[in-house]
Amino acid sequence: MSLTIQEIEKDQMKKNVPSVSEGDTVVVSKIITEGKKSRIQKYEGVVLKKQNTRSRTQITVRKVVDKIGVEKTFLLHSPLVEKIEVIKRGKTRRARLYYLRKRTGKKATRIKSAD
Amino acid sequence: MSKKFLLGKKIGMTSLITEDGEVIPVTVIEAGPCKVVKIQTPERDGYSSVLLGFVSIDEKKVSKPLQGFFKKQKVGAYRILSEFRTDEQHGVEVGQDISATTFEPQTKVNVRGRTIGRGFAGTIKRWNFRRGPMTHGSKSHRITGSIGAGTTPGRVLKGKKMAGRYGNDNVTIRNLAVVKVDASKNLLFVKGAVPGKRNGILEIEAA
Repeated sequence: MSLTIQEIEKDQMKKNVPSVSEGDTVVVSKIITEGKKSRIQKYEGVVLKKQNTRSRTQITVRKVVDKIGVEKTFLLHSPLVEKIEVIKRGKTRRARLYYLRKRTGKKATRIKSAD
Repeated sequence: MSKKFLLGKKIGMTSLITEDGEVIPVTVIEAGPCKVVKIQTPERDGYSSVLLGFVSIDEKKVSKPLQGFFKKQKVGAYRILSEFRTDEQHGVEVGQDISATTFEPQTKVNVRGRTIGRGFAGTIKRWNFRRGPMTHGSKSHRITGSIGAGTTPGRVLKGKKMAGRYGNDNVTIRNLAVVKVDASKNLLFVKGAVPGKRNGILEIEAA
């Protein structure tokens, strides 16, 4: 990759993004615009996967609402993603936690703590 | 200036994230600065055009005939020369510099370049044919298949899609949106893909 492209992508990246990895429980604050008003929506869940693509790095966060699994993908460096807080560090043996999708009940959210 | 044109070098592709959170795929082009080397006029040459030079080089490195030409024009020597057809009201002079700032964001451009050469390519790559089964005793893996009927017409129709040289053609991609212009680095950000590999030379014209 050329240096120019690297520079351009570095300019696009936010500086205060915390290091997030798979298995972490995070709260993502996203700015939602409805008409003229904008508010902040918080979304908490387990990071299912992280797609490392430099300035377009994305995380997929999964949570279970009323027994229905919900997955949302966030662009880490998007200006609409205001804040990402890591609540709990998780220890995982694999990089993609797709096995959580098949699990039900308590098992579906349980991930070994990193500490 | 009635028509805007420029020579550039493809740097590569990336994405720009706008303030609204929109991700735009862009090609980064190092556009200019170009020097106007010669202007063709209808009176003298029978048509109107502007000759641009890009990438300045030592005069000794070009061929003798070109050396003579550059000496006559008194604008220095350039690795790449390209001619742009215009009407007479182009408003440029010999020796003038044209930079990426001739283009403004939110305008459209046509980008011309040479596509990646693929050599002698089969029908699947060249014409998007479908392949045959790879297993179960099949031997028709990537073959062309039938090229026509038998006795009638008794020949292969002209223009039949077959294997052959693919790529390394001049291709113009029209109406690409200019997303951003970086004047200090002479960079042009164009939405979408443009022909050729990295470091390929591109001709950019206002659409």
